[in-house]
Amino acid sequence: MRLEPVAAPGLARTLGLPALAIAATVVVASALAMLAGANPFATLGLIVKGAAGSKFAALETLNRATPLIFTGLAVAVAFRAKLWNIGAEAQLYAGALMTVLIGTQMGLPGPVAIPAMAIAAVLAGALVLLGPVLLKVRLGVDEVVTTLLFNFIMLLFISMLLEGPLKDPMGMGWPKSEAIPRDARLPRIVDGLRLHWGFGLALISAVVVWVIQVKTTLGYEIRAVGQNPQAARFAGIPVGRVMVKTALLSGGLAALAGFSEVAGLKGNLTLDLSPGFGYTGIVVAMLALLHPLGVVVSALFVAGIFVGADSMSRAAEVPTYIADISVATALLFMVLAILLTRFRVVRG
Amino acid sequence: MGAREVVLRLEGITKRFGKLTANDDIGFALHRGEVLALLGENGAGKTTLMNILFGHYTADSGTVEVFGQPLPPGAPGAALAAGVGMVHQHFTLAGNMTVLENILLGTRPLFGMGLGRGAARARVEQLSRDFGLAVHPDAKVKTLSVGERQRVEILKALYRDARILILDEPTAVLTPQESDALFETLKKAVAQGLSIIFISHKLHEVTAVSDRVIVLRHGRVVGEVATDQTDRHRIAEMMVGAEVALPHPPLGRAGTALMELRDVSTPPEGNRTGLRRVTLSLKAGQITGLAGVSGNGQGALADLVSGLIAPDSGELRVAGQTVARWSPRAALAAGVGRIPEDRHATGSIADFTLTENAVLEGYARPPFSRAGWMDWTRARAHAEDIIEKYDVRCPGPEARIRLLSGGNMQKLILGRALEAGPKIILANQPVRGLDIGALTYVQECLIAARDAGAAVLLISEDLDEIRALSDVIHVMSEGRLSPEFPRGSKTPAELGQWMAGQGFADAA
Amino acid sequence: MEIFDILVSASFWAAVLRIASPLIFATMGELICERAGVLNLGIEGIMVFGAFAGWMAVYAGLGLWPGVLVAFASGALFGLAHATLTVPFGLSQHVVGLGVTLLATSSAYYAYRLALPEVTSPPRIEPFQPLDIPVLSDIPFLGEALFSQTALTYLAFATVLIVALVLYRTPLGLALRAAGENPSAVEAQGLSVTAIRMGAVMVGSGMMAVGGAFLTMSAFSSFFFEMVNGRGWICIALVVFGAWMPGKALLGALLFAGFDALQIRMQQTPLGADIPYQVFLMVPYVLSILALVAMSRRAEVPAALMVPYNRGER
Repeated sequence: MRLEPVAAPGLARTLGLPALAIAATVVVASALAMLAGANPFATLGLIVKGAAGSKFAALETLNRATPLIFTGLAVAVAFRAKLWNIGAEAQLYAGALMTVLIGTQMGLPGPVAIPAMAIAAVLAGALVLLGPVLLKVRLGVDEVVTTLLFNFIMLLFISMLLEGPLKDPMGMGWPKSEAIPRDARLPRIVDGLRLHWGFGLALISAVVVWVIQVKTTLGYEIRAVGQNPQAARFAGIPVGRVMVKTALLSGGLAALAGFSEVAGLKGNLTLDLSPGFGYTGIVVAMLALLHPLGVVVSALFVAGIFVGADSMSRAAEVPTYIADISVATALLFMVLAILLTRFRVVRG
Repeated sequence: MGAREVVLRLEGITKRFGKLTANDDIGFALHRGEVLALLGENGAGKTTLMNILFGHYTADSGTVEVFGQPLPPGAPGAALAAGVGMVHQHFTLAGNMTVLENILLGTRPLFGMGLGRGAARARVEQLSRDFGLAVHPDAKVKTLSVGERQRVEILKALYRDARILILDEPTAVLTPQESDALFETLKKAVAQGLSIIFISHKLHEVTAVSDRVIVLRHGRVVGEVATDQTDRHRIAEMMVGAEVALPHPPLGRAGTALMELRDVSTPPEGNRTGLRRVTLSLKAGQITGLAGVSGNGQGALADLVSGLIAPDSGELRVAGQTVARWSPRAALAAGVGRIPEDRHATGSIADFTLTENAVLEGYARPPFSRAGWMDWTRARAHAEDIIEKYDVRCPGPEARIRLLSGGNMQKLILGRALEAGPKIILANQPVRGLDIGALTYVQECLIAARDAGAAVLLISEDLDEIRALSDVIHVMSEGRLSPEFPRGSKTPAELGQWMAGQGFADAA
Repeated sequence: MEIFDILVSASFWAAVLRIASPLIFATMGELICERAGVLNLGIEGIMVFGAFAGWMAVYAGLGLWPGVLVAFASGALFGLAHATLTVPFGLSQHVVGLGVTLLATSSAYYAYRLALPEVTSPPRIEPFQPLDIPVLSDIPFLGEALFSQTALTYLAFATVLIVALVLYRTPLGLALRAAGENPSAVEAQGLSVTAIRMGAVMVGSGMMAVGGAFLTMSAFSSFFFEMVNGRGWICIALVVFGAWMPGKALLGALLFAGFDALQIRMQQTPLGADIPYQVFLMVPYVLSILALVAMSRRAEVPAALMVPYNRGER
């Protein structure tokens, strides 16, 4: 078999194939539900209901989507430049750590504390990714593995702090930090509804990233470096510097996920702050084809699956990991579908 | 030639890619003990034909017969097994393995044990002697010169008992002397009863080595003649449909030196030759032609002029000033217009639109951007200008450049470079792979730029092109630069000797 | 000197071999993939699934060796998925690899929950037992240190030998190395790059899964979530550290295991008690990064690693 480019893919191809990928994912999820002895239709129904069937459910999905938008943006920005940042998890925790440090140690009044926490978080996240990127640019060390390994180092570092200097004395021995004061928390968007301004910030970030990508020279440089670094270098684009700028942006965005989770939702830092938001961000970004606004949509989709599956598994005997499998399957089917919108398979 | 036994017969080979018909009803026969030259410009369908023969593509229709047996279509390996060996233009060797390992690759059952190196080495050494192909069996391929690598390719075919040998542009990477050695090898092979297809676009070689010539154009066989009953002009006419008319521009009026290299050296990079004490002066209103076998330092010189590398030692002067910091951006700012050797890999970004590609070198400055914000309206207008002025055939400025033909892509790159009003122009293989129309157009643009006062550095492997266009000529060999020769002062044979490294002060 | 005491204890060296074993299997698996030109980031997830599959097979009543086979087959299956997407379709090896890791990990967890819905702590199986090699295990010190391991550890070392022999001494190894260096060389000699690469990824993935299974079937005796804990990523670093050569990669794995065994023992010394245990746990990851940095400019990367091959295009 051989792949042949499709000169002008029709609408049926560009929309039909991705739709088919989602359909295939639904089939896989149904099969998994049947394996668990459940009725697939009922299971899927429960997932949808749990994700969007009530105001509470929908808000829960929005809340879950918030960190995923941030990490999804972080990955989308980096992958555009072919900078393989698999370390959004570490950058998220770095952001969360700075948020807690500023929020609990400085005694700043709320209106000052919130921007201070956000800025410190962004700086910390950017700094965490700077190391691997400098190693890549200067020494040619593959950033996939270094960013991955940093995730483990960061988690151990946080664990060390939570059992040491940052340990909440009132925490009954649990490794968690003190909570930041009420007035330093992100306010609700609408009074009485459990949705905080982190979500708003995520939407704003998506728009900002989109504007950067299409309207600024930096966005142009990032795309050029990602698509053809040799041509970019020839044209005078400083490839290394663009990589570093991309890293700062990406790391900062991932850190905002940590900031928003701590300041908007949890209030304190624990080791289970993120159930893998950094890794899921990769799926979110890929499903969105790395488009910043698409990230919002795909984050909502992925968050819906997770929230829906949580709720479903309480009612039916299907483990929540059906969500993880579905998301991974969707990713693999989707990258294949996207390829096939541009290429057709021919014999010989 | 005795009995004209047909060893390979192609009949009615047709292959379409979408709308393009790469091979259109091609048919010919190869006889035992003959050298058949397959001639055609780039894009004439030679490569597609070979890919069909070797089963990498399946033909839409047509048959291939080897020694009277039909070859199953789309089965890589069938041609090999039937005794056809191919020496590709881009060598198919694994650099991390030895010569012997490369030769042994695929010759034994995949799941067998052991390699039988001892017997194989003896056989390879025997073949080396018989055919005059000196190369050490245990050398790592990546340490070999280009000429040696080609010998390994030929040995690979001979080791497999190939009775038919196909060579694709075999001399493109060889010095004239190495080419002669290759022709000797081919003679020995023919004497032993092998049959040879020699693919080329160099007329003088074809007339020197072949018994018969078949000319391909636009995927069809347009002519077949016995070599001794024709001459170069007739063949050239068949190739392009009309006699190739190289331009004969009057000599330019040389002005002041705009860029000067004094004793510049650069280190070799991997397999690539560096510069060795190169002194060169590019003058306003003059085309300086650079001849040489590819891989002799032209790449390093082009990179230096375009700003990708800086001198390791020696001095680079632009407009009379010594350059301290040299980068692509500095080169652009100094008025260097660049047409890179590889328009796909270096000159453009495939998935960018024409607009985005048009501002690739100028995006960071007004009018295309201000304070970090792109002005896409201006950029699009610029792209439209180039499209119109340089006759770039495309669906529009928002089309992705990957959809364009090589000629149109090159015109956009040319327009991008020339519209910036360059004082110095680097044109590295500017017409390679272009059809005759685009080729003439690009050459005319370069001459016009020269007449407008630009200093042009023209790098080409095509000696005829260099001799026709250049006001002065330099030859490169192993990173060294010959003295300047005025147009017409040296015959091709004399230039060929310089290309082979004769005449240099430090000739070793 | 505490470090000295540790280094002269036979149990320390025995531990080094034990810790190295899963890394050796998985590193050899990754090495095969990369030598053929495919970066397999599915390694972490495939190890998780292998750990689960081997253990589950034994728990379900299969013997230990059939359990290892089940693990291998499950890894090869995920390898097939990876290779299908990355080889003929030429999709991004980064994205597909991470996708396979997510898929394999969550599949293992899902299957675990399905099989044992009510269980709070995972059941134990009877794992591989240490196998004293006659005569050799009676050698003082060395015997205890090196020759009282489980059969899987001996197999790990044998795997290195086999991989090296195949790579350098057989037609298959020749084709594999060429596929990762210049696939058109393979195609020109009438062999299928697609078949060789897919085969390499499947076999390599199977070996990764056996590496995972070592954890549940030899090192511990049950399956825990997160028990692989980044070992897969470390193995990718080890392949680079070993410059894509089996022998050097083995050396890297042993060195690495040595540090790991040392840090575990250092935690129990008076000095170690003053240092947070997390610092010791960071050691393997930090070491991996250092190894990558050290080798960054020296190693000869297979030239066609991560470059998809499209037939007829050159």
